[in-house]
Amino acid sequence: MSEGTLYDKVWERHRVTTLPTGQDQLFIGLHLIHEVTSPQALGMLRERGLEVARPDLTHATVDHIVPTDDLERPFDNEAAEEMYAELEANIERTGIKFDDPSTGNQGIVHVIGPEQGLTQPGKTIVCGDSHTSTHGAFGALAFGIGTSQMRDVFATQTVAMEKKKVRRIEVTGELGEDVTAKDVVLTIIRRLGTDGGVGYVYEYAGDVIENLGMEGRMSICNMSIEGGARAGYVNPDETTYEWLENTDEFEDDPERFAEMKRYWESIASDADAEYDDVVTIDGSEIEPMVTWGTTPGQGIGISEEIPDPDSLPKDQRETARRAQKHMRVEPGDTMEGYNIDVAFLGSCTNARLSDLRAGAEIIKGRTVDDSVRALVVPGSQRVKTAAEREGLDEIFKQAGFEWRNPGCSMCLGMNDDQLVGDEASASSSNRNFVGRQGSKDGRTVLMSPKMVAAAAVAGEVTDVRELPKAEVKA
Amino acid sequence: MTEEVPSVDRVEGTGVPVRGNDIDTDQIIPARFLKVITFDGLGEFAFFDQRFDDEDNEKDHSFNEERFQGANVLVVNANFGCGSSREHAPQALQRWGIDAIVGESFAEIFAGNCLALGIPTVTADTDSVETLQSWVESNPDGEIEIDVGDETVAYGGNTIEVDVDDAQRKALVDGIWDTTALMKSNSEAIAETAASLPYIDDTAATAGD
Repeated sequence: MSEGTLYDKVWERHRVTTLPTGQDQLFIGLHLIHEVTSPQALGMLRERGLEVARPDLTHATVDHIVPTDDLERPFDNEAAEEMYAELEANIERTGIKFDDPSTGNQGIVHVIGPEQGLTQPGKTIVCGDSHTSTHGAFGALAFGIGTSQMRDVFATQTVAMEKKKVRRIEVTGELGEDVTAKDVVLTIIRRLGTDGGVGYVYEYAGDVIENLGMEGRMSICNMSIEGGARAGYVNPDETTYEWLENTDEFEDDPERFAEMKRYWESIASDADAEYDDVVTIDGSEIEPMVTWGTTPGQGIGISEEIPDPDSLPKDQRETARRAQKHMRVEPGDTMEGYNIDVAFLGSCTNARLSDLRAGAEIIKGRTVDDSVRALVVPGSQRVKTAAEREGLDEIFKQAGFEWRNPGCSMCLGMNDDQLVGDEASASSSNRNFVGRQGSKDGRTVLMSPKMVAAAAVAGEVTDVRELPKAEVKA
Repeated sequence: MTEEVPSVDRVEGTGVPVRGNDIDTDQIIPARFLKVITFDGLGEFAFFDQRFDDEDNEKDHSFNEERFQGANVLVVNANFGCGSSREHAPQALQRWGIDAIVGESFAEIFAGNCLALGIPTVTADTDSVETLQSWVESNPDGEIEIDVGDETVAYGGNTIEVDVDDAQRKALVDGIWDTTALMKSNSEAIAETAASLPYIDDTAATAGD
C-alpha cells in the first residue's frame, strides 16, 4: 500500500472512523452541488426528516441545464425551468450559498470552485458529478459521488469510502509546440485504458505537469475519471499558492493565507513516498491528439493512423469495430481531413481563460469555415468577463464563432446546444460517447482548444501546427 | 431514520444479457432523461437510444425482447457503467427490474451507486461471463442464483466462483448498505474530525443532532 503520499495524508486527516463494512467514514470539506443531481438527494433527505448538516460547507451553482443564449426566466424549456426552480426552492429551504447568474459568479461547478478559492490543497471535495476530479489539480482529494452518497453528505458531511491504491504518473521532458495539457491526458488514457485507473487514485507529476499552469493541471485531473480513476491530483507548489493568493478566499487575508500555506505544504507527498504503481510517459513524444472512436481512450496523434481493430488487444476489438462504424472512419487513415460540422470550445475540461486565449490565438484574423457551426461557451461568468476585457470575444465573433453564456452546454447536450442528426463535432470536451452531445447519431472528436479552433477554420480535423501563426494580445 | 435496511444475501431470478465493453452511463440513461427532479419513471428509459430509433421503432436489444421481460439479473462485460456519476443509471435499471448485475468489471462510481441501492455488482472472468451470457440467451427462463456472501453464481447445474468487493459484500449481507443513519450516529467523531482540520473555521456548526 502507498505511504506518505498526499492521498494517504489527506485521507488520514479526514478519516472519522472505520465503518463495520471496512470502509472509512471521511469528513468532507466542501460539497459542491448543481441542479441535476441535487434535487433527488435533497428529496431523500426530506423524506427521512433530516436537515443539511453543514450548509456552510456546501456551495451551489447552476450549469447543466442553463441555456447559453437567452437566460430570461422562465426558460423556454419547461423541464429546465422546473429543475432550476427546484434548486432555488432548495436554496431557500437550506440556506446554501448559490451562485446564480445574477451574481456574476455563476458557471460550471468545476470552474467556479477553483476561481473563487474554494478549492484548496488538502481539502476533501465531493460533488454529484464525475468530473469533480478536476479539483485535484490543487492537491485536493476530490471525487464524484452518486445521489445516495450526496444524501449522506448532506445529512452528515461525511461519505463512506474505501481507500484506493495510488499510481504516480510521471510525464517527463518538455511538450512540443502547440501540445497542451489536453493532449497529455488523452495520451495517458490511451496508454492506461479507460478502466486502467479503476481502484486507483492518480498522482500526476514530472516536469511536464510541474511546468503547467493551474488551468492545464485542471484539464488533466478533470479527465482522470475517463481513465477510470475516480480522483487524480497534483501536489501543490508555488504555482498553486500563487493562484490561491489571488482568489476571493485569500486576497484580503494574507495571515490566513500564510497559515493555510503551512497546512498545504504539510500534506504534499513526501520525497520518499511509496506508491502502488509508477508509470512514466515521455512528454516530448506527445503530438496534438484527436479521438477516432467513441471512448476517450480511442485517441491518436494527429499524424498517426487509425488502428486496425484486429491489431488491438482482444478485449478492445469489438468496441473499436463498433466505434469505427459509428464514426465512419477506416483503419490506416489518419484523422486529418475528417469533416466536421460543429466546433465546440467549452466544458469543465477546457473553458477557462487560458483555453479561450489558446483558441483565440489560432482563430485571430481567420474565419470559420462556411460548413461549420462554431461556439465558444466560457466556463464561468468570470471567465467570460475576463475574456471580454482582453477582447477575445471580438476575435471569436469576427471569425464567426458564437459567443455564449456559461454552462455545460454541448458537452452533454442537456440544454438546447446539441448536435443534430449525424453531425460531427470538433470538441474540447471530455467524452465522445455515442449520443453524448445530444444526438445519438452525432459524432464527437475530442481535442484541445487549439485543435478545435484549427478545425473550425479548416472545416475538418487539421494539424494546428501547420497553420501559420497569428499574434494575439493577451 | 429507523427504517430497517434489508440484507441482500442472495438474489434469485432470470437473466438478461447486455453485451459489450465500456457501456457508459450515457448509454444506460441518455442525458436528456436527466431533466427530472425525482427518479420515478426512469425505468422505461433504460438503454433508450439502444432500444429505439428516431421514430420510436424498437431496435435489436435484449431489453426489448419479450423473453427477457421479468429478468432481474443483468449480465454485462467489462468496464460497465463508465462515465458520468449519474445515479439515474442504476436507478433506471432497478426500476426496469434489475436486482443484481454480473459482469467482468464495473466503473467505480457506478458500482458505488449500485451498492447504495442494494444492487450487488459481482465480477467474474471474461470466459465465465460470456458463457453465462450465452446460457441466458438459450435459457431465458433459467434460474440464476447469486450468493453474495459465498461469492458464487449458480445456474443450469453449474456453480461459478465470483468476486464481490469486501466492503460491498459485508454491507449487503449485514444490511448496512444504506449508510446515512449509521454515519450519522458517529456525530461526535465527525465533530472532532472537523475541529482538527485547519481549514474548517466554524466548528460550532457540527454534524450532530
